[in-house]
Amino acid sequence: MAEIPSVKEKYTGKIEEIVFGNCVAGGADGMPFLSFENTLKRRPMIAGEVVDDLTDYPEIAAEMFDGRQKDPVEWANMWKEIGADMICMRFPGAAPDKKGTTPDAAVSIVKSIAEKTGLPIMVTGCGIPDIDNKLAEAVGGAMKGTKIILGKTEEHEYKKISAVCVSNGHAVLAFSNLDINLAKQMNILLTDFGVGRDGITMDPLMAALGMGLDYSYSVNERIRLAALSGDRMLQVPMVCDCTGAWDVGDAVSTDDPSLGDAKHRVAWWEAMTALAAMLSGADILVMRGPGAADMARVYAEELTGVS
Amino acid sequence: MATAIEYFKLLPKTNCKDCGQPTCLAFAMLLANQKAKIEDCPHVSKESKAVLSESAAPLMRTVSVGTGGSAVEMGGETVIYRHERRFVNQTAYALTVCDDLEGKALEDRVNTVSALSFERVGMIFAADMISIKNVSGDPSRFAETAKAVSALWKKPFILETDDVSAMEKALEAVGKLRPMIYGAGPGNLDRMAALAKKHGCTLGIKADGPESAADLSVKAKAAGAEDLVLDLGCPNLKRCLEDQTVARRAAVKKKFKPLGYPLMNRVGCGEYAVAIAAVSTMKYGSLVIFDDLKNYEALPLMTLRQNIYTDPQVPIQVKQALYPIGNPGEHSPVMFTTNFSLTYFTVRADIEKSRIPVWLQIVNTEGLSVLTAYAAGKFEPEKVAEAFEESGVLSKTNGPVVVPGLVARMSGKLEEAIGRKVIVGTNESKHIPKHLKEITSQ
Ligand code: B12
Ligand code: SF4
Repeated sequence: MAEIPSVKEKYTGKIEEIVFGNCVAGGADGMPFLSFENTLKRRPMIAGEVVDDLTDYPEIAAEMFDGRQKDPVEWANMWKEIGADMICMRFPGAAPDKKGTTPDAAVSIVKSIAEKTGLPIMVTGCGIPDIDNKLAEAVGGAMKGTKIILGKTEEHEYKKISAVCVSNGHAVLAFSNLDINLAKQMNILLTDFGVGRDGITMDPLMAALGMGLDYSYSVNERIRLAALSGDRMLQVPMVCDCTGAWDVGDAVSTDDPSLGDAKHRVAWWEAMTALAAMLSGADILVMRGPGAADMARVYAEELTGVS
Repeated sequence: MATAIEYFKLLPKTNCKDCGQPTCLAFAMLLANQKAKIEDCPHVSKESKAVLSESAAPLMRTVSVGTGGSAVEMGGETVIYRHERRFVNQTAYALTVCDDLEGKALEDRVNTVSALSFERVGMIFAADMISIKNVSGDPSRFAETAKAVSALWKKPFILETDDVSAMEKALEAVGKLRPMIYGAGPGNLDRMAALAKKHGCTLGIKADGPESAADLSVKAKAAGAEDLVLDLGCPNLKRCLEDQTVARRAAVKKKFKPLGYPLMNRVGCGEYAVAIAAVSTMKYGSLVIFDDLKNYEALPLMTLRQNIYTDPQVPIQVKQALYPIGNPGEHSPVMFTTNFSLTYFTVRADIEKSRIPVWLQIVNTEGLSVLTAYAAGKFEPEKVAEAFEESGVLSKTNGPVVVPGLVARMSGKLEEAIGRKVIVGTNESKHIPKHLKEITSQ
């Protein structure tokens, strides 16, 4: 038989491991799923999305949760039943023009989810810094002792949430805008601020299929390659939010019958976004649809070689 | 491809300028960038030329199926990651037609495959090939079906059988259309390779992992078939990802010629087949043959392929110009947006849905979306005003000027620049029809 030259790359870097209860994120020492160079036998974690306010949440997605989407705790528990590893609890309802969910109410939701599911939780707010900071402060304090991810932090708005994370042992979700240098800059800022190596997860913006996925796929690959080549400031677990797939017109449109059933189509739209995310380096995937989440989990297991 | 230094080592280093360059090094740099030919230097030795032509040979062979303008090209890839350089030939998708179909049933099947077509971002997505599969076990049937398909299907096709006599018969009937021959394996390689050579067709080899593929490709080459596509026989997602990565890296980074060919997968249908195709599309597959593919699977898969194979340096763009939609007149609204293809086609489709005529002005933002362009300072009110000026749209209509909702911020400055009131439009284009109805009914 022909002897094939070895194609194993010799990397010097390794992605940091962050422990959330019984789950671990990160740890890769080679490109994703390549067992000849990556000794990691751990698939990416799947985080099921739960929101406190359904105003801007697509109906076609809500229908898939049998009414349980009306109660975040029930909803989170359904995610657990269908195999999610983590809950991504979002509070768009904290905005004043929505429900106006208070920090106290958020604490009670997050605590109940933790008790009921036992799963690790990622918590984000409504995108308004003042409100999100207060929310993070309350939730972060109440969850001291149980590591959660708190976000999002951005280049000009990271200190409050980071401080909460440092004093309560949580991990920061560091958002950056589709650019390897900006991603690195965020991690430098957080490190300088005093956030430890086991306290940073990075969100380099996963653009959905057909909506800039091409950029994300390459930015992720470059981030992962640089991390493996020794850039310490990029050696943190990567969070890829695939729920943007549900905002893509072609994914959800019901106008044109030649595009086929919309429920199946959008499931694939999100699942392919997830496949692209994990092949390019994702360690945690945020998913909206149960069908897509299931596909992502099963394929990730198979690619990793564990089940 | 050799580097400038590698070329330089092989040149005479006399700096005689006969090539039109000031130095041998300058000439070597042109060679490395493929901007000069080695023949331009009259003094290179025979030995150097031989070395150069060997190293200038592409790392992965480009093969083609079919004839003329409809031919499908595969392979020719030069990098591992798409950020290094644009991937060259996008993954081709083929759907199966079995040779137990005839008459109306066959026609229906081919029509179903042809109907699997979408338009997205101004591009047509469709199946690229049909694979005619010999399930009848009858060589004459296979040949007849191939003939019948070639009359109905104008794109390239694949002849799929392990049976050498069936392949031979089919090639006698349709060989001049240069179908791909798929079905060579350890048992029939020499005879299949001879057929490929005789008819000038690309040969698909069924292997069992990268090693066996390398062995078989060497044998096929020795038998005179050089245009090969290698099926590594990946039974699952993991093997698909890992084996295809090994093959691509060996070919492109290690210059390992026996694997320097495009790769393919033969899958069935349904969810798992689509998952393999998605992985293969991202990780180095040049051809996937499906039993079948549903429309709701095909659209996301073909969108994925489009994303992976775009040029990472240059976004797909349209020209700055005035695009009249639905015969607009002197009271029709003016809308404007960026020249990023995705933005233009999304907005255009939603305007068309409203059935209200609109003057759509495209502003050159170097292919950036609305917010990206605005954040980068490439979608300023002055620029919009200039585009209006250039197309003269404001003298064609006194209708309302609609600003994209996401850049409502520019309204004031734009009003100043064009001396006319503007209306803020919707954030998302899917709400354009409703908003257009409101503003035109007033
Ligand atoms: C892909 C992407 C990129 C790609 C570029 C893609 C491209 N060709 O434009 C890259 C990686 C290069 C990029 C770079 C940057 N980006 Co960017 N990018 C995105 C991303 C993920 C998707 C953009 C996209 O393609 N949208 C799809 C198109 C179709 O949307 P659209 O053009 O807005 O059109 C829609 C609507 O506006 C509406 N519409 C359009 N025209 C019209 C007209 C009328 C009349 C009406 C009524 C409606 C309408 O219809 C469309 C469909 O609904 C978004 C985040 C996101 N998820 O949206 C960020 C985003 C746009 N980027 C952003 C930023 C800040 C940047 C950078 C400045 C950051 C940086 N890295 O330095 C740079 C600037 C670029 C530069 N050259 O300097 C920000 C903008 C922030 C803001 N609010 O202004 C965003 C929103 C991300 C964020 N949340 O922070 N980006
Ligand atoms: S013609 Fe050949 S030898 Fe003369 S300068 Fe050019 S490369 Fe050098």
